[in-house]
Amino acid sequence: MEPSALLSVRNLHTWYELRQRVFGRAGYVRAVDGVTFDLAEGTAIAVVGESGCGKSSLAKTILGLYRPTRGELFFQDKPIHTANAQTLRWYRSQVGFVQQDPYGALPPFMNVRRILEEPLIIHGIRKAQRQERIHEVLEEVNLVPIEDFIAKFPHMLSGGQQQRVVIARAMLLRPKLIVADEPVSMLDASVRVEILELLRHLQSTHRLAVLYITHDLSAVRHFSERIFVMYGGRIVEKALVADLLRNPLHPYTRALLQAIPDADATNVETYREVPPGEPPSLLHPPSGCRFHPRCPLVISGLCDTQEPPELEPEPLHHTLCWLYKDSKA
Amino acid sequence: MNHGFLQVEHLRLHYRTTQGVVQAVDGVTFTLDQQQALAVLGESGCGKSSLARAILRLLPRNVAAYDGCVRVHGLDVMPFDEERFRRAVRWSKISIVMQAAMNALNPVLRVADQVIEPLLVHQGLPRETALVLVSDVFQLVGVPQDFMGRYAFELSGGMRQRVVLAMALVLKPPLVLLDEPTSALDVLTQANIMNVLKRIKRETGTSFMLITHDIATSSELADRVAVMYAGHLVEISDATHFFGEPLHPYSQMLMASVPRLRQEHRLEYIPGRPPSLIDLPRGCRFAPRCPKRFAKCEEDPPMIHTEDGRQVRCWLYE
Repeated sequence: MEPSALLSVRNLHTWYELRQRVFGRAGYVRAVDGVTFDLAEGTAIAVVGESGCGKSSLAKTILGLYRPTRGELFFQDKPIHTANAQTLRWYRSQVGFVQQDPYGALPPFMNVRRILEEPLIIHGIRKAQRQERIHEVLEEVNLVPIEDFIAKFPHMLSGGQQQRVVIARAMLLRPKLIVADEPVSMLDASVRVEILELLRHLQSTHRLAVLYITHDLSAVRHFSERIFVMYGGRIVEKALVADLLRNPLHPYTRALLQAIPDADATNVETYREVPPGEPPSLLHPPSGCRFHPRCPLVISGLCDTQEPPELEPEPLHHTLCWLYKDSKA
Repeated sequence: MNHGFLQVEHLRLHYRTTQGVVQAVDGVTFTLDQQQALAVLGESGCGKSSLARAILRLLPRNVAAYDGCVRVHGLDVMPFDEERFRRAVRWSKISIVMQAAMNALNPVLRVADQVIEPLLVHQGLPRETALVLVSDVFQLVGVPQDFMGRYAFELSGGMRQRVVLAMALVLKPPLVLLDEPTSALDVLTQANIMNVLKRIKRETGTSFMLITHDIATSSELADRVAVMYAGHLVEISDATHFFGEPLHPYSQMLMASVPRLRQEHRLEYIPGRPPSLIDLPRGCRFAPRCPKRFAKCEEDPPMIHTEDGRQVRCWLYE
């Protein structure tokens, strides 16, 4: 474990039990299936993956909304996976959550003041301090002049303003970590940049650690230093953003990058290469490497039978892929 | 002289609400040729989905104004009554893939039975003949034959979107309107669907009007691009010129706000927000947010035709 790690995740598993009416347990959905990483204070990691890869389950487990089935979760060296209610309560004040759909995340019958007061009341902050803190965070997310916004209800705000309220709420209790689940995917292009810049600004001024969950690889370089690619409940590649874009190692990462267009008129002339098939079922994941049924570079007799270990073919660039079996683990 | 397969002139669609009249489509003029794909780009609330509804006459009850001219093969279809429009135009000449339609498939019907419906109702074909055509269209969009008897919940998002596309194509209309056809899909599925659309365009010569906010994805299919802002088209251009160097200040800023995977560039955002379609600014509708505005922008600019065949609604190009 790095000494400076704020959050340490060790071999984390989050499985959902599927019940059958007559015979009891029907199996497990292995949404997060062995995830390990450290997140240092003041840094950001983007977790990229397609729907059903387990990235939202990972976020919710880290938020303390789900208990991990197996594995360990440490925050400032304190174990969270075995924490009692009191520690969990403290932990939740240290971790802010920015949801994907700002309108869905804000209660429609509460005005901005009430929305922001709620977490402060729950965490026992006195009334005078509450008003002061609400004003501070509204200024920080740039919802000014405050008087114009504080009495408004969510439906009276634009999408970008709603997302600022969500971010303000996440910042209220001065967290050390923000988990942002697709924070800009519901917003228009011209507003996205503003929100990403705001998150970036908060990250640097408060030395926040940020975990972004996203499917949008093209924007990743604008908000994080490191990137994880998730597939079938596992992180298949970990790298600095620039390294990953320059030299993607895992065949799945390469497929993802190839599938993403940049606005260019020559795109109409060619077809994009897409690996066949669909992402794996997390109920019955394939044996060996989970990408092997779709992989163009599959090594038969190896990839289909044995799970690849985490290898480090170049410094600080890790991947779960047998192609690099000669490099160090 | 080729007047284009679809000609839309001064099309207006306004809605009545308790707060006032929403001028969603406010005098839109463009043409679309056969075998051509036009991307209509715009942000939420600019009126782009209303434009599709206005062309196909899928109107809600609170219409305050609906006029202008829509010509299909040179024939003005606006005077058609609802029955004639339904028989002669909707689905047989122009069909639509609605936004999020893949989540609106009937859960208790097998997918083939949903795709077959227009053939039975519109064309009165016997079921056996119609089933052959459904099987053909499934092949065209890449749905395996043994999926015909399945239900929507048994299919992945990508497969459901193909089924919805099959519904739009089953009567072989010359034009299909696509309203955000890939925005709810994953990256790889999105690339798959765009590949399918490219292939259909090449193999069948179908025209597409692709309505989207996703500029990068639109470049996969579009031969031409129209940019919509606050109920107006502000730029119409061929794709090569547009993706290289857009003309309208709004188009330029929109392009600068989109991150590019293969190229590092500073992202810009557009200050302010689009005007309310109820209370529109006088003159150019983008002027209040435009860094290049000048005195003349107090007046509403006309669509200006440039020498290289583009159209732009901005006084800078007068």
